[in-house]
Amino acid sequence: MHIRLIDIAHARSGDKGDTANIGLIAREEKHYPILKKYVTAERVKSFFGEMVKGDVERFELPNLGALNFLLHGALGGGGTKSLMTDAQGKTFAAALLRMEIDIEETV
Amino acid sequence: MKEPIRIASGQGFWGDLLTAPKMQVTKGPVDYLVMDYLAEVTMSIMQKQKKRDPSLGYAKDLVPLIADILPDCIDRNVKIITNGGGVNPQACAEAILASARELGIKGLKIGVVTGDDILERMDEFRSQGIEFRNMETGEDVGVIADKISSANVYFGAFPIVDALQQGADIVITGRTTDTGLTLAPMIYEYGWKEGDWDKLAAGTIAGHIMECGGQATGGNFSADWKSVPELENIGFPITEAYADGSIVITKHEGTGGLVTQQTVKEQLLYEIGDPGNYITPETIADFTTVQLSDDGPDRVKMTGVKGKPCTDTYKVSMSYADGYTAVSTLTYTWPDAFEKAKAADTILRKRLENLGLKFEEIRTEFVGVNACHGHLVSMPDHINEVVLRFGVRGKDFKMVERFGKEIAPLILTGPPSVTGFAGGRPKPSEVIAFWPALMPKNAVTPNIIIEQI
Repeated sequence: MHIRLIDIAHARSGDKGDTANIGLIAREEKHYPILKKYVTAERVKSFFGEMVKGDVERFELPNLGALNFLLHGALGGGGTKSLMTDAQGKTFAAALLRMEIDIEETV
Repeated sequence: MKEPIRIASGQGFWGDLLTAPKMQVTKGPVDYLVMDYLAEVTMSIMQKQKKRDPSLGYAKDLVPLIADILPDCIDRNVKIITNGGGVNPQACAEAILASARELGIKGLKIGVVTGDDILERMDEFRSQGIEFRNMETGEDVGVIADKISSANVYFGAFPIVDALQQGADIVITGRTTDTGLTLAPMIYEYGWKEGDWDKLAAGTIAGHIMECGGQATGGNFSADWKSVPELENIGFPITEAYADGSIVITKHEGTGGLVTQQTVKEQLLYEIGDPGNYITPETIADFTTVQLSDDGPDRVKMTGVKGKPCTDTYKVSMSYADGYTAVSTLTYTWPDAFEKAKAADTILRKRLENLGLKFEEIRTEFVGVNACHGHLVSMPDHINEVVLRFGVRGKDFKMVERFGKEIAPLILTGPPSVTGFAGGRPKPSEVIAFWPALMPKNAVTPNIIIEQI
């Protein structure tokens, strides 16, 4: 089936220098394996495309049903250097929740 | 021994809701009020203020705020812990003492933690062989040595514990970790020590949940923002800490907002790196060991937290000036709002080029279309209004300033139905860049001063 991440996850994002972090959290326990299987670091990197200059790292928190992504080089230099409206990456969480995926499972 | 102790978050940043601390102290029982004031950029702003006036360099609005809640805190035996002392915690303490005297308060003890500000000691440390290499790039600090505008060591909870042990009712610090403010009362009350890694980690993670105030209690909540009741009256988070390291996150009854596993999880994930290795001066906390459970309405219990031994280094954050930016906006309306904004962008870029102005970066955004989500959004068929947001960054102040004079002329010499230039010419603002580094813990010692009236 075809879903958007916002249907099965919620998220919060913020900054550390020029790196944005996105905490992606399964809405229900059964959604976590889907996030883990489909929302890979590579997929997030290609989803954001030119918005992320550096690598994307992914960390797993099965205890919270959550994934943490670090998007390096995503904030136009970060802090007071950045010319971006969203220099602190606050809306990157919502941006990731736009992602659409085709899954074998049903939710 | 009192158990549990209740620690209330009063401010999540310098500029947070000014009514929150009073609510925390008066709407129900709490033992400690902790207030976090310091973002990285704050330290360099405070250094500038101190340079202009040696009696400044701290969060000035902390003084009337504490004066307002102090009688209640004394009545209810609530101790206050804050890092709002910035780069001049002693002056901050003096100002608070002066206002306490005016209120006729006697017997008040303020503990001041200093020693974190190493700006004047950089040469001394470098001559000892401390390199302060950039943690991210590996570069030698020599590259920025002549333009450092602030340099602070991140102390943790233990200097605050020291002040509490000396009887302080209020503890004012400089650069202390956000998490250390919440952890300190637990160490003090329960006698936790270096080596109690799991308990120190539990208190640290509680501090992480508390450090952004209302973000743990329904503010900025993405899971279901419409379900959060009474945000106008949001209750800030309260940590109930137990001696065994178990923690309950809650808020006062009768306040707005929401505490659920979802609100707590969003804050747990906020601005962290590797969740298995959250490094503080006290321990390395492992967020992958956190177990959350429901514990009644607006109560979430946290157990199972594991910690690892602390490192032998402190983090140091230095700031330095690194050029200038200026940003300005214009608003275009129907008809052809988006086309007009794009045309104005093209005209402006050509004019800057004709003037021979050079910048490190020029950035155009269309607010209302895709300023935040870029290529991820599909273009709407019809745009009523759009804000053209145009910014430049460069090392040359004069060029950045000259750019600012090119915005208003676009109103009379560019596409029509444009407005919104009420703010005047954009002034160049200084770029503050950061240099994160490490230094050996044994090279620097926190100082505790107790002042009493």
